[in-house]
Amino acid sequence: MAIKAATPVIPANQVPKLNYLTNGYTLKSWLLTTDHKRIAILYLISVSAFFFLGGFFAMLIRLELLTPEGDLMQADTYNKVFTMHGIVMVFFFLIPVVPAILGNFVLPLMVGAKDLAFPRINLLSWYLYIAAGVLFLHCMLSGGVDTGWTFYTPYSTAASNTNVIEAGLAIFIAGFSSIFTGLNFIVTVHRMRAPGLTWSRLPLFIWSTYATSLVMILGTPVIAITMVLVVAERLLHLGIFDPNLGGDPVLFQHLFWFYSHPAVYIMILPSMGVISEIVPCFARKRVFGYKFVALSSVAIAVFGFLVWAHHLFVAGISLYAALIFSFLSFVVAVPSAIKVFNWTATLYKGSITYATPMLYAFGFIGLFTIGGLTGIMLATIGVDVHVTDTYFVIAHFHYVMVGGVLMGYLGGLHFWWPKITGRMYPEGWAKLSALFVFVGFNLTFFPQFILGYLGMPRRYWQYPPEFQVLNVLSTAGASILAVGYLLPMIYLLWSLRYGPLAGDNPWGAAGLEWKTASPPPTFNFDETPVVTWEAYNYDEIPEPKELEAPVAR
Amino acid sequence: MTADHEAHNPALLHHFADAQQQKNAASLGMWLFLVTEIMFFGGMFCAYLIYRLAYFNAFAAGSQQLNIWMGGINTAVLIVSSVTVVLAVKAAEAGKRKLLTGYLVVTVLLGMTFLVIKGFEYAEKFEKHHVPGSTFNFTEKFDDNGKQIDVNPKEAELFFSLYFVMTGMHALHMVIGCGLFSTLAVLAWKGHFTANYFTPIENGGLYWHLVDIIWIYLFPLLYLISRHT
Amino acid sequence: MASQVDAVYIYLLLVSGAMTALIFIAVAVLSIKYRRQPGREAVQIEGSTILEVSWSIIPFFVMVTFFIWGAVIFFKERTPPADATEVYVVAKQWMWKVEHMEGQREINELHVPTGQDIKLIMTSQDVIHSFFIPAFRLKQDVLPGRYTTLWFKATKPGHYHLFCAEYCGTMHSGMGGDIVVMEPQDYALWAAGGASAPLQETGMELFAAFGCSTCHRSDAQGRGPNLQGLYNSRVPLEDGRTVTADDNYVRESILDPTAKIVKGYMPVMPTFQGIVSDDQLNALVAYVKSLSQPPTGTAGLQNEPVASPAQPQNVQVQ
Repeated sequence: MAIKAATPVIPANQVPKLNYLTNGYTLKSWLLTTDHKRIAILYLISVSAFFFLGGFFAMLIRLELLTPEGDLMQADTYNKVFTMHGIVMVFFFLIPVVPAILGNFVLPLMVGAKDLAFPRINLLSWYLYIAAGVLFLHCMLSGGVDTGWTFYTPYSTAASNTNVIEAGLAIFIAGFSSIFTGLNFIVTVHRMRAPGLTWSRLPLFIWSTYATSLVMILGTPVIAITMVLVVAERLLHLGIFDPNLGGDPVLFQHLFWFYSHPAVYIMILPSMGVISEIVPCFARKRVFGYKFVALSSVAIAVFGFLVWAHHLFVAGISLYAALIFSFLSFVVAVPSAIKVFNWTATLYKGSITYATPMLYAFGFIGLFTIGGLTGIMLATIGVDVHVTDTYFVIAHFHYVMVGGVLMGYLGGLHFWWPKITGRMYPEGWAKLSALFVFVGFNLTFFPQFILGYLGMPRRYWQYPPEFQVLNVLSTAGASILAVGYLLPMIYLLWSLRYGPLAGDNPWGAAGLEWKTASPPPTFNFDETPVVTWEAYNYDEIPEPKELEAPVAR
Repeated sequence: MTADHEAHNPALLHHFADAQQQKNAASLGMWLFLVTEIMFFGGMFCAYLIYRLAYFNAFAAGSQQLNIWMGGINTAVLIVSSVTVVLAVKAAEAGKRKLLTGYLVVTVLLGMTFLVIKGFEYAEKFEKHHVPGSTFNFTEKFDDNGKQIDVNPKEAELFFSLYFVMTGMHALHMVIGCGLFSTLAVLAWKGHFTANYFTPIENGGLYWHLVDIIWIYLFPLLYLISRHT
Repeated sequence: MASQVDAVYIYLLLVSGAMTALIFIAVAVLSIKYRRQPGREAVQIEGSTILEVSWSIIPFFVMVTFFIWGAVIFFKERTPPADATEVYVVAKQWMWKVEHMEGQREINELHVPTGQDIKLIMTSQDVIHSFFIPAFRLKQDVLPGRYTTLWFKATKPGHYHLFCAEYCGTMHSGMGGDIVVMEPQDYALWAAGGASAPLQETGMELFAAFGCSTCHRSDAQGRGPNLQGLYNSRVPLEDGRTVTADDNYVRESILDPTAKIVKGYMPVMPTFQGIVSDDQLNALVAYVKSLSQPPTGTAGLQNEPVASPAQPQNVQVQ
């Protein structure tokens, strides 16, 4: 890194005084920032807040389900609780978590740019997210919504007497936050790569985030218009989805899932990108099959748009439509499988260490495999007829969302924490939390596969007594899982003040983001880097030394 | 273009390497946004197509009740406005401030003309009780080459629901377009754009063209089902 | 059928389990065997196209076997035998109403004999529900505004859970019931205790009471098509299409007569939407279907409905 003549040489293990965090301390400098790194922090705070809100609702659900009777809360309340758990977790946590936090922070650094293409639109994205969040909070506080996060008609348009309109509008606004983020990423990757950074030299996190962004901009407008139609129907009694007025309730399902299936790829692809960064770093070698992993992201994005009606196998679609969508659902599994095989193969003849990010990556590979394979079971229509709308589906999607997306996020958060904050987190506590998460997660959700196959339907406030034992196991697991999520809150915050200083590249990782200070200066690089090397050039990067003792400045 | 010149170009944002990169980025961004708009309207077009296939007679009857003169004039108005947009971009390219402002203002006026005519159309719908909801009352028939065919009023109501949602959403985009172009006109008058920098005019023009194209699809689909002279 | 679903499920479990074990073991073994050791460096390996192709193609072919087996089962589930006994089901928030053809009515219970193909013809009065019998491994969403069907043949007597599996509001989890499977002789005893008239007879009375017989006569002079032999026949329409007169067609013709005008007829039939309830609709559909069956000779359904343009007697019009 070239150094300007006027500034003194800064040793690698000292935090530069002027970085993006210290560049202005006023509230205004944060709330009106256009710095992608600060916006990422704003998202980090708000998305985490929603995560714990969604987690609180989850806790209420699991507590109610300890007993077969509905004895903790009324049925209507329970219906609202699971609805709001779903809406908060899907729209306010899972969709933005990796792109808006890690993507926002890391993407411009990784491509060697000073910022995203449209910094002000980036800030607008965050404000849209907040506006949607505030509107949804208001919806929750003024009675909530009880339609399920899937808003099926005609229940949501004609029968529910809860705040469907506010919820629908909140999702509409959150959708635009997502669209603008995706738009920003695509333009940045196309137009602002550093000189020498060709597509085949791009880190796989960029490939994944790029593919995610394609899905965001193509899919999200459809949920936007669908929610507009639901709101319009509810307000004006239109009849687009109401059979009493000539409409078709299944049309809603098609329109809803046309977005909501690709949405799950919006959630998982960035996390897969994170794993593609972590595994090479802690195995000290290039990802096996870089080209295949890169293209598999694009394949997942494309095929992800072709499978939506596998959510409608028993909804009343024709036999032949069901067969086509079943077949396509198998096809979309292939690129995901390719990634899993390639990550595993990367371990072969590597030089592997077990830092926390790597532990989360291992967890991801195992749990995503289970989640993905149970998805294959659901694609098999003969099985789906039995297990759809049961706890089997709930277990499946929690395996891929929590075992996949969330583990990838936590891995990435720990991996890039030194870059974001300039500090290292305490490794012992981090490993312990990862263990709590892994054990707690499996105990929570594995029993639900069995519950589902035995026949316990989803969204049930009360259930027949024979299902109790498995439910109790699941709730026990959830309490362990909760600890696993609370611990990082504590030790990460602790590390901001007491963690050892990290230096530019504590992991010895490849990638342009590691070639600038930790935390980076506001404009990322003192000089625009010129890339003359391939991605993941771990043969050229020395193993990281042990961290030196921090030197106060 | 020298580095000095670019450094002094007030429109160059600091995170871009040069003006060309900024222009390319802005252009790509606007095209991507247009794609999202197409997907957005696409949902409604999808619903429309499905119901039209299912309830053709009712849709035809409803369509025949729309005011084809107002719709036709509006189509012409929008096409002319797209021409003025193109001319505005050319004027910007040539650095002609007053001409540019003039074309932008005319575009806004044409857009407002569209909205006014639309307002009259909607008013006519109210008078004929063709607005979905409690006041809806549809007794007209589908004129199939002289043969009068009864239709289910519920299906006709569905046609009008889609009509209002689709044209309403389009009109909302027109309002935004008029606001956008008014802003551009003010900025143009103040000399904000030069022959070297008129990206907002180009991108605003792209937006206007898209809204125009959406109408070009809406008009035949809604107004011209089974029309005969 | 349930055992076939279990069979494919076990097959899937075995293959998935094997794949999961493979990955878990591979990750564990590789991450330990190749842990960082002084003096050994990682070997940079670009990739292997052969491996990539193999581990794409082979799993894909394995998945094709899942697809085929699942599709075969699904095809059977969706193809009810032609002579299945029909039972009408009406779902509403938050209960199941069952109407047997012989007239027995049940709430939240469905009695069936073993060894008999049963076809459920289901609709909802309000929102979407789903008829789920875990023991039979079967489920079908029940929609407002149209019929969906589900068929099965029970083999073992017993009581089996019936659940609603599509969220439908407050008491979604309370909308359960019992499928009561009985030996044929026990079922006959139970059925004999049923009160109301067979569904077709109720339908015939409604057909007269609502004035249908005025236009739908069994000679060629009615303003509406003759309904004899209509069910399951191919019907040419005014707009050029030809459709099959299935359950949904008959139902739609009552609720939305102008949707499909039969060729050669005028669109003069009024709609009965809002006039006839779902239960009455089921009875009418059952009656129309009976006009395609050869006369039974025993209970003797008349082929000529008695035209009674006067006031309906014991019919509730809602």
